[in-house]
Amino acid sequence: MATDTFAAVGSLRWIGIAILVVALALLPFAISDYHTFQFTQAISYAIVLLGLNILTGYNGQISLGHGAFYAVGAYTAAILMDRFGVPYWATLPIAGLVCFGFGFLFGLPALRLQGHYLALATFALAVATPQLLKYKKIEGWTGGVQGIVIIKPDAPFGLPLSQDRWLYLFTLAVALVMFLLAWNILRGRVGRALIALRDQPIAAEAMGVHGAFFKSTAFGVSALYTGVGGALGAIAVQFVAPDSFTTFLSISFVVGIVVGGLASISGAIWGALFIQFVPNVADQISKAAPWAIYGAVLLLCMYSMPLGVAGLLRSTVRRLRVRRPRSVT
Amino acid sequence: MPALLEVSDLCAGYGAADVLDRIAFTVEEGGVTAVLGANGAGKTTLLRAVCGLIRRRGKVRFGTEAIETRATEDIVRLGLAHAPDGRGTFLQLTTEENLRVGALTRRDRAGVAEDMAKVYRYFPRLKERRQQQAGTLSGGEQQMLAIARALMLRPRLLVLDEPSFGLAPLVVQDIFSIMRTVNREDRVSILLVEQNAKLALDLADRAYLLETGRVIRGGPVAEIRDDETVRRSYLGY
Amino acid sequence: MDAFLHQLFSGVATGGIYASVALALVMIYQATHHINFAQGEMAMFSTYLAWTLIAAGAPYWIAFVLTVGISFVLGVVIERVLIRPMAHAPVLSVVIVFIGLLVILNSLAGWIFSYTIKSFPSPFDGVIPGNAFMSPHELGIIGVTLVVLALLYGFFRFTSLGLAMRAAALNPVSSRLAGIRVGRMLGLGWGLAAAVGAVAGMMVAPVIYLDPNMMAGVLLYAFAGALLGGIDNPIGAVIGGFVVGVVENLVGTYLIGTELKLTVALVLIIGVLVFRPAGLMGKVVVIRV
Repeated sequence: MATDTFAAVGSLRWIGIAILVVALALLPFAISDYHTFQFTQAISYAIVLLGLNILTGYNGQISLGHGAFYAVGAYTAAILMDRFGVPYWATLPIAGLVCFGFGFLFGLPALRLQGHYLALATFALAVATPQLLKYKKIEGWTGGVQGIVIIKPDAPFGLPLSQDRWLYLFTLAVALVMFLLAWNILRGRVGRALIALRDQPIAAEAMGVHGAFFKSTAFGVSALYTGVGGALGAIAVQFVAPDSFTTFLSISFVVGIVVGGLASISGAIWGALFIQFVPNVADQISKAAPWAIYGAVLLLCMYSMPLGVAGLLRSTVRRLRVRRPRSVT
Repeated sequence: MPALLEVSDLCAGYGAADVLDRIAFTVEEGGVTAVLGANGAGKTTLLRAVCGLIRRRGKVRFGTEAIETRATEDIVRLGLAHAPDGRGTFLQLTTEENLRVGALTRRDRAGVAEDMAKVYRYFPRLKERRQQQAGTLSGGEQQMLAIARALMLRPRLLVLDEPSFGLAPLVVQDIFSIMRTVNREDRVSILLVEQNAKLALDLADRAYLLETGRVIRGGPVAEIRDDETVRRSYLGY
Repeated sequence: MDAFLHQLFSGVATGGIYASVALALVMIYQATHHINFAQGEMAMFSTYLAWTLIAAGAPYWIAFVLTVGISFVLGVVIERVLIRPMAHAPVLSVVIVFIGLLVILNSLAGWIFSYTIKSFPSPFDGVIPGNAFMSPHELGIIGVTLVVLALLYGFFRFTSLGLAMRAAALNPVSSRLAGIRVGRMLGLGWGLAAAVGAVAGMMVAPVIYLDPNMMAGVLLYAFAGALLGGIDNPIGAVIGGFVVGVVENLVGTYLIGTELKLTVALVLIIGVLVFRPAGLMGKVVVIRV
């Protein structure tokens, strides 16, 4: 996990990544529009999970309420397109900034909350979100219970692409930029500061890491990623409505980062594929099946490595070290 | 008469490292054994190992039972009461509730009531504060409460971790004289670790010297008292 | 004035539900220092059990008692199987386990009982003469809540087992040194919390109807109540629960309308956490650095 972030990425690895990107770019031409749409959604989830991982995985702040930021991003995009005629691509930076603002503000009081309490506050946020979105006084903007329908963008410059394929490529490009940015941030000084604040908060402060600033900025950046993901998701789905943004959306993000691996950049991709496609398959068994699987997976991940991936690594190392002297005595 | 507590080859520690190295000592039936040692010698660790609070290996026999693999709860139920360092008081409970906790494993209501009266006789200060939250007691009172709570088990062996720690000399004298009564009249054997060697040796019949996890001297108090090292390092003459 | 009193009493009734769930949360928090995010779903599941028993023809109170008993056992089992292995795990892992439990109970209920909303009977009907402010069910809720609270108070205050459970929660090491089987006490605590939650679920179900997501709002208010009174203070949590119930009803009726009720809980929770993390009646715990 740490090697994933910090070890020098060899040229071999770059080649691998390049091949992966090309393969991803060619993917929509091999599959149907509907499947392309599903992958578009998966990519926007990956951006969200990356954002959540910056906060929870790297900085150790637990959020059970990222569905709220996803909703803010989605609604920002939808309102801008529907009410103000802003082009879809221009909504992304705005959605990101709005979410950064919300996230930073939420992060300020959250600074004083640790562990359970932050989980509790964000959980409350997740539960309250759908009701807030339905609020009558902002109905003129949000469309109330009905939500907002938006129009799927066409490919620009007369490119011979279906809407779904174009949107997929657009989303992929945005995701690439977001991943590169995150990779740059996390493998450097900022990443080390975030991890230090997670593992040794007092020592980190003593070494001159400005905890409060980093932590609320981490919250803001995390929300920014989530908001961009939400905006992309809304554009892909062409629809936003309050009941899409329940507690369970927030929980599925948590499932995503747990499955993908906490504090891992590539984990966001695996997690996103998981939360996008497992429900699709499981839905055929029962409406409840995806959630039963999510729950089981959460528990399995935690019991197979109760101290998290990092703990698993540490205890393995320790076991190896201890065994040697014992065999001598 | 066989010893009440017999420890041999005891190794114990926290995490992967051992703090104690092949410890051996005994507490006679009806006797008082003192373990002396400086800060960090492993005194508290020793008591925790005997009570099964930490990982340990070796041999520990209490009465007729081998207890080195038993859980703390079961060891306690055999009649070994430990007043831990930091005193282990239930700060949010009242004084009397703390005492009741000490006797929770007992079924003889009459005996418990009798013992409650007895510890109040030993420690009248506790009786005055019986309905008070234990967290509001002074340090000396909390030490008294810790001993009293341990006595409520009606133990065969009372294990005390630095009962003099942080207390005023008068209070310490008081506590030690009560421990003597408990030992002589109630026939409770005592294992105590202390930094205050003079007090401990006055009370004890056997003593052991612990240094960086090892017993470096041990035996009847008369011998230990005459030992050059002990005199110089612990008694100061 | 009558309308006001009606809202007030109705707030006390729902407050009783919140108080019960808040108390269940506090019991688990005191024992393990974990916030049980699955408390609401546990209560929901218990309520479905009661519904099943009643649908199978059991008289209400028989079903009630059976449900409380089964929930108790389930609580003990959950603690033993799911929670105890996490005793030394970091907070994040524990939170995730609770979320996993929440999700599993929710989906199981949906799977077994379907997601369609069901009505749940109230044992309290008829008209209470001379009482315009409260429905019989509301009065019943208050009565049942008070009985449950009194029983719990008596249990913890006056019995040896109750004392052992308190001791185990307050100071596990000292408790073991007093011969108390701490693990067993934690299990019992979970059982009691589950049982109390079950009562709350059965009391609230006639009002908000039965569906797998019924407890989300209740849980949120219970959180608010528990925090308000101090998450480590059972009596404070009970008072907090009642206060939140009344505030919710009055604010909902007179200030902002019912459609933002959950936001009230959110604001309460964040407000208390930020400005008075120990609650109005809790102890301030200083963490030394």
